[in-house]
Amino acid sequence: MSDVRLLTGGEAVAHAMRQVDPDVVPVYPITPQTPIIQTFAKLVADGQASTEIVNVESEHSAMSAAIGAALAGGRTMSATSSQGLALMAEVVYIAASMRAPIVMALGNRALSGPINIHCDHSDSMLIRDSGVVQLFAENAQEAYDLMVMAPRIAEDPRVLLPVLVCLDGFTITHSAEPVSLLPDDDVTRFVGPYSVPNAVLDTTSPTTQGPFAMPDYYFELRRQQAAALETALDVLEEVALDFERLSGRRNGALEAYRLEDATRALVALGSTAGTIKDVVDELRDEHELAGLLRLVSFRTFPTAAVAAALDECTHVAVLDRADSPGGTPPLHAELAAALYGSDVELTGHVYGLGGRDLHPSDVRAVFTGTPTPYLGLRGERCLV
Amino acid sequence: MSRLKTIVRNQRGVQPLRGGHSLCQGCGIPMVARTVLSTIRQPVVVVNATGCLEVATTRFPSTAWNVPWLHVAFENAAAVASGVESAQRALRRRHALPAGQEVAVVVFAGDGGTYDIGLQALSGARERGHRFLFVCYDNEAYMNTGVQRSSATPFGASTTTSPAGLESFGKAQRRKDMTAIAIAHHVPYVAQAASTHWHDLSVKVERAVAADGPAFLNVLTDCPVGWGHEPQLSRRVIDAAVETCFWPLYEVVDSRYRLSYRPQHAPVEEWLGSQQRFAHLFRPGSEGLVRQIQDQVDAEWDALLARCDDAPA
Repeated sequence: MSDVRLLTGGEAVAHAMRQVDPDVVPVYPITPQTPIIQTFAKLVADGQASTEIVNVESEHSAMSAAIGAALAGGRTMSATSSQGLALMAEVVYIAASMRAPIVMALGNRALSGPINIHCDHSDSMLIRDSGVVQLFAENAQEAYDLMVMAPRIAEDPRVLLPVLVCLDGFTITHSAEPVSLLPDDDVTRFVGPYSVPNAVLDTTSPTTQGPFAMPDYYFELRRQQAAALETALDVLEEVALDFERLSGRRNGALEAYRLEDATRALVALGSTAGTIKDVVDELRDEHELAGLLRLVSFRTFPTAAVAAALDECTHVAVLDRADSPGGTPPLHAELAAALYGSDVELTGHVYGLGGRDLHPSDVRAVFTGTPTPYLGLRGERCLV
Repeated sequence: MSRLKTIVRNQRGVQPLRGGHSLCQGCGIPMVARTVLSTIRQPVVVVNATGCLEVATTRFPSTAWNVPWLHVAFENAAAVASGVESAQRALRRRHALPAGQEVAVVVFAGDGGTYDIGLQALSGARERGHRFLFVCYDNEAYMNTGVQRSSATPFGASTTTSPAGLESFGKAQRRKDMTAIAIAHHVPYVAQAASTHWHDLSVKVERAVAADGPAFLNVLTDCPVGWGHEPQLSRRVIDAAVETCFWPLYEVVDSRYRLSYRPQHAPVEEWLGSQQRFAHLFRPGSEGLVRQIQDQVDAEWDALLARCDDAPA
């Protein structure tokens, strides 16, 4: 029986955390993540979850404490945004290398400077190569779903890596939508008990974790870690199938929206997909063969599935909500690699930095009109 | 039972930190780590900040540790320990750990990982009240990276980033009083100890672990390479720090100060003269600097005595 509530994305994530009921949640406040931890703290205060919340003094310590807790043998979750992720970036890399299965919600927000609190994906892209799984939600429902799925992916013995559930700041974190919650018992059964190999608190079989590796071993250890991230893609699909059986909702690595016979496709992450879907529907009404490829899993990047999904397209446009000054924006670069050797015409567009709205007319222009590299940017002088 | 027998008994036949590590001859760190861990009777987890101890004991795929050991980074050992301690609390509450003795969480960090880059995480953890023992092995500079000055480096010491020279007498600033900072967190147990005063250190560890809450130990530990003394002279050098009152041995239990050893109050030259890093202070014309150091030591000593309720004669 489904329990549909009007929840913001932040609240929906907090309810997923209540149902997963992790052992430890080290967390530090930052906009637009704060609704997650505030909602969760109140749920714990009211006895609806029995988690140890550790109100640390910085995000750097949040991720550090998360590693300690996760490797000690406790299921661990956290949440952050923007500068918080930037501050903890050092430790995010180490969390992945120590194979700590931490689940963290990321309320995507632009990086300073100038300081800004609104959405873009530059925080996610900052840790693109850290070795963590990054899943992007389109809306509050999917943010909830992915938070329930995430522990299964993170803790799978073939993976053992942190999983970030990314939800667009304000657009998802602060916007209320009807969200269907699973029964608490279903979530408990779905995530199962937590276990990590060689839990630090097991003092009967001591292990040394986080040692010093020189050129004779570092490369091999890094390669093992990368292989685990590659495997995470298969595990995501397995977990998505199980989750579909439970909820009727399928959240795989990507969503192909009206793409079967599309000749022109857009590729994007996150909430912008909603706007793009509306434009695709309009264009379809006008008998244009338009479609959308929405990536849920940015890391692991589903290269083969992306190439297959876009196989029939003649024109593909990539929408990046993060720039790569002096280079190619991250999603565009991934698509260029995935489609290398095909004769598709590929363009890249940066949009929505610092929370700048993307209008349906901008999306339509990418499909049909003259594409510009920076969608919604004012002033021709800014264009190179 | 004698303290030595207690220590041997607590090891239960297995040294927590074995030989085969690559710490230098005469280094005080393994002595501190072994004295601390062998004093603790219950099972332990060690959290180690980046530094000499970490690098020299865990070169993959070998390890010198026989107890669970966790290292994440340089500045965050106290935060990592907060996580381990919180997980233990959560799992015990949920009856998800086998019944038995509580696992003691012990952090080892050098002065860089305590006074400088580790200070924020340490302060946060102490304020939150996580129950673990933080042991600073204070050798008064960044030894692992080649003897750079830290905020624990004493006034007048020559380091590679505060070198003595024609226009310089070494570090121009006084060291931070880290023990006082720890005390300011209102934690139940704080003590200053020295690597060679192993009996005193062991007693303090016992009290620290028994304390109901966070505990902090600041242990002066020699570095023959960075300090410039022969490895076999470690004991003499550290003893000079204690006997000159440069490094008093005391403890603060629930805000009450107690001197745990009554030093001779020998002139600071005995301490300064034992190491190359202070050699420039004995050049003609530097007498004022030595006097200045003596005045600093005397003032700190007097202030400490005034705070102590109880001092051995």
